[in-house]
Amino acid sequence: MSSKLTTSNGAGWAFALPGIALIATFIIIPFFFAFALSLTNQRLISPNPTAFVGLQNYSDMLSVSVLQLAPETDEAGAIQRDADGSPVYPRVRDITRSDDFPQYRGMREWFRVHLGDTAHVVIARDVVFMKALVNTITFVLVVAPLQGGLALVLALLVNQKLRGITVFRAIYFMPVVVSIVVVSLLWRFIYSPDGGLLNNLLSALSFGAFEPVNWLGNPDTALPAIMGMSIWQAVGFHMVIWLSGLQTISPTLYEAAEIEGASKWQTFRYVTWPGLRHTAVLVLIVITMQAFALFAQIDVMTRGGPLDSTQTLVFQAVERGYGKQDISGGATISVVLFLMVLSISLVQRWLTRERT
Amino acid sequence: MAVISPDNHGLRLATRYAVLILIAVIFIFPLVFMVMSSLKPDQQLLADTSSLRAFLPVGDVSFDNYAKAFQRAPIGLFVFNSVLVTGLTVLLCLLVCSTAGFAFVYLNWRGRDLILSVILATLIVPFETIAIPLLLLVSKLPWIGWDGLTYGWLNSYRVQIIPWVADALTIFLFVQYFKGLPRELIEAARVEGASWFQIYWRVVMPLSGPVLATAAILKFLVMYNQYLWPLIVVQQEQYRPVMVGLQYFFQLNIAWGEVMAYLTMITVPVLAFYLALQRAFIASIASTGVKG
Repeated sequence: MSSKLTTSNGAGWAFALPGIALIATFIIIPFFFAFALSLTNQRLISPNPTAFVGLQNYSDMLSVSVLQLAPETDEAGAIQRDADGSPVYPRVRDITRSDDFPQYRGMREWFRVHLGDTAHVVIARDVVFMKALVNTITFVLVVAPLQGGLALVLALLVNQKLRGITVFRAIYFMPVVVSIVVVSLLWRFIYSPDGGLLNNLLSALSFGAFEPVNWLGNPDTALPAIMGMSIWQAVGFHMVIWLSGLQTISPTLYEAAEIEGASKWQTFRYVTWPGLRHTAVLVLIVITMQAFALFAQIDVMTRGGPLDSTQTLVFQAVERGYGKQDISGGATISVVLFLMVLSISLVQRWLTRERT
Repeated sequence: MAVISPDNHGLRLATRYAVLILIAVIFIFPLVFMVMSSLKPDQQLLADTSSLRAFLPVGDVSFDNYAKAFQRAPIGLFVFNSVLVTGLTVLLCLLVCSTAGFAFVYLNWRGRDLILSVILATLIVPFETIAIPLLLLVSKLPWIGWDGLTYGWLNSYRVQIIPWVADALTIFLFVQYFKGLPRELIEAARVEGASWFQIYWRVVMPLSGPVLATAAILKFLVMYNQYLWPLIVVQQEQYRPVMVGLQYFFQLNIAWGEVMAYLTMITVPVLAFYLALQRAFIASIASTGVKG
């Protein structure tokens, strides 16, 4: 729409400039800065000049190898066994510190799998980073579908025509306005091993048969506990987005379905769901981005523990970039994180593309 | 046709409400627990968690925890900092993003469409991925203040405000809203010789109540709940906001009563504000879902 009346380069720039300048300075420049810094050894405060190190930071974080270890044998060729009867393997430390294998120097064991008598030991240069990467991906893969699905169920529930339904909608949304920091501290108490509400509730429901669990202190339950709480806090947000999608579906389509005698499931499958296509992409992208950004919960509840079972990429980026003042290390993690967010949103857009 | 007896109908209705109420309990119980626990001494608070007393104001109820929380941390200062930072950022954001939205929708200028698409592309950059480079950047930025030219923005109010003033989502909200306003109004005002600023201030802004409310609510939530950014750029107590102030309360043996009192103090005002303007809050979130 180019009308003479509204053409004005001067006024246009004058009105837009403050916003453009702020976004350029505080979002776009730091964004490209992250890529540049990840190729250096920049520190927050350092007496030495910053040097270009190429992809060193990436290889330091992402290097992974597999060692195949055969059990130790005695002179007769029999496998040595320890007191429990398990085979004895050479120590990984002896390999990663040996001069015979300079390529493994500085790497540590991440995990191992046994196939027959051979142990396949996965070693990584940066085990904490690898754990953070896996935890973050797990968190996203569990939370995104679960939270998106539950949010849709809630949206369908509060979209019913019932008296007082707005009260329920308002209550389900309530945790969204509460800071995640407050929620995390509150749930630390709920998950507490002694006198925590969750243990008491489960024990009451099972008439005392339930053994108290140290939810945040056990490597197997810490991340799931944080997932549960995160979903509780944010599900109302996505419920509202689904709800706004539901309300764009024309009531005449539902009337038509009713006349045709469609069942509830058929109505959902052929009327509701196709109408929610755009909303689905949006909800998934937003949840994925929020899930990748997992930080406050970790900082308040577990600080990455126990045994690094709740390390996440953002927590590590902050721990290194701010805590250890290793800006380049933090920036490298940020770049890895951004590339993951970008690729997942591209995949989601592609999967839900319009098929014409 | 199936005959629906009133009893059957009543039963189904009751089941629906039962489900809704059960879910409501799941969302509300931690918050009720927080408020009730803030009123109880630690020993009773812990004992009550094994029964429904945890959710009731019973036993030795007092405001002692609140008094103790005030002794532990300079809460007044933290609240002042949060209110100042949140309030100023929201106001500046409304001004900067609405003028930008105005320029993108009503004015023709060179570079407009390209710049708008670059700004909207930043929507997929989570703040967490730029926090560390931004930390380095603000630690070097110059500033002209009372003591002349200085470098470094760490430990200040400005470092908590200025980077957050403009954001793509708010600009997007204004652009969407302005596109829906009748263009004839602007052209008529132009024909009558009004300046662009007059059109913005006298014609467009008075019609923008709903989008201003939406943008203000969303920005308010983001700013009041800030944690990561102030955590890394503010080390001095003097500039700390309420969420970072929480750190005064985590320690080895947490005094839960005081923690609950602090959490209640920083949360209840926001919840009250939300409940008062519930429809506007929900409409704000819903409007971010409008496909552009």
